Amino acid sequence: MIAIIDYGMGNLRSVQKGFEKVGYQAEIVTKPERLADYQGVVLPGVGAFADAMKNLKQMGMVEAIQNITASNRPFLGICLGQQLLFESSEEWGETPGLGIFAGQVRRLPSTGLKVPHIGWNQIELQRPSPLLVGIPNGTAFYFVHSYYVAPADQAIVLTTTEYGIYFASIVGQKNTFGIQFHPEKSSRWGLEILKNFGKLVDAC
Amino acid sequence: MLLKRIIPCLDVTGGRVVKGTNFVDLRDAGDPVELATVYDREGADELVFLDITASSDGRETVLDMVQQTAEKVFIPFTVGGGIRTIEDMRVMLKAGADKVAINTAAIKNPQLVADGAAKFGSQCIVVAIDAKQVGAKKWEIFTHGGRKLTGIDVLEWACRVAKLGAGEILLTSMDRDGTKNGFDIELTSAVSEAVHIPVIASGGVGNLAHIAEGLTKGKASAALAASIFHFRTYSIRQTKEYLQQQGIPVRI
Repeated sequence: MIAIIDYGMGNLRSVQKGFEKVGYQAEIVTKPERLADYQGVVLPGVGAFADAMKNLKQMGMVEAIQNITASNRPFLGICLGQQLLFESSEEWGETPGLGIFAGQVRRLPSTGLKVPHIGWNQIELQRPSPLLVGIPNGTAFYFVHSYYVAPADQAIVLTTTEYGIYFASIVGQKNTFGIQFHPEKSSRWGLEILKNFGKLVDAC
Repeated sequence: MLLKRIIPCLDVTGGRVVKGTNFVDLRDAGDPVELATVYDREGADELVFLDITASSDGRETVLDMVQQTAEKVFIPFTVGGGIRTIEDMRVMLKAGADKVAINTAAIKNPQLVADGAAKFGSQCIVVAIDAKQVGAKKWEIFTHGGRKLTGIDVLEWACRVAKLGAGEILLTSMDRDGTKNGFDIELTSAVSEAVHIPVIASGGVGNLAHIAEGLTKGKASAALAASIFHFRTYSIRQTKEYLQQQGIPVRI
């Protein structure tokens, strides 16, 4: 069973329905002590980085999440959930994140391009990963964001996407993954990624 | 590369598709959820539901439709029509809509755009603009289905709502809507150039060349159409293959 962490940052139902559609049960969880009962954990989220960290801290989720990734249980951050995995964000000054991956969250440069970056954009595969099994190079996914992750270690970059700059659209190391786009809103191939995560959870 | 979006628009009332459709393989051609599922499967990039229910008692069925769509459709969708307050927005977004479109309510109270963006994020707030040409390169906003002139200049209004925090503009030419003569390209490019947020072109699509024109000369980020898709003049797949042949980047 997969846990979806509810920390007051956006609608989680579509993520839950996405997993159900591809045959995996997912439950919405608000208590950190309950995460131990699940084989895989998803951190979704839309909104401001600082609010998200404040909520996670108040709920006692920070250490619980760090324990999961340290124990190598499958963990997936989506959108803001990806950004939170990093050390800090420049959104509203410098805000510390979960620090599971080294690197910063930066604002997309608006040189002639519309920010937020909204719509379907393509990924370029950089490294093979169990999360990306069966996903063709150049597949388009649905993005909505104004900030992007800049990992210190390029070895964790699984895919890149071009929007004025090339940024890391999917990062991953061992069983911890972060996705900038919304797989639950990316039709067939987005659901395929959720399915791949489900398979990883089953295998552990 | 960021791709251009193709968005079918469904007019609904009391939870039913208004104009009827020519889908032969549907169990119920008036069921918006079933239609939405087909469009998702065919490769539509997003969906817009415009609720034209006049009475307030029809609102519950719309909410039910939004909930069901969110459970079965895995592309983003917008709900517009009858959204007047922050609470209306909250209810729609909570039911599973990804975005809400506001039109008359924003004109009556522009602060609603700013409040909605602050509360739910700019990406949730689409401002719908119904534009009518009133002179050379000059358009004004009309409300109430194009019957009521507001005296507000479209370009000024577009810039204002963008500054207030709108995430996108859904721009409909009232002169072209329903004509099948193509988008008002002058209007679309003028608004696209005036704002830093994406513009969805709407009103007048009769063939695939019209869509291509809106996305190139019109500089729109997305094209919205209703009848050409509902009546199966063109499928979404056919539309995208055509656009790809024209060198326009789309998701296939």
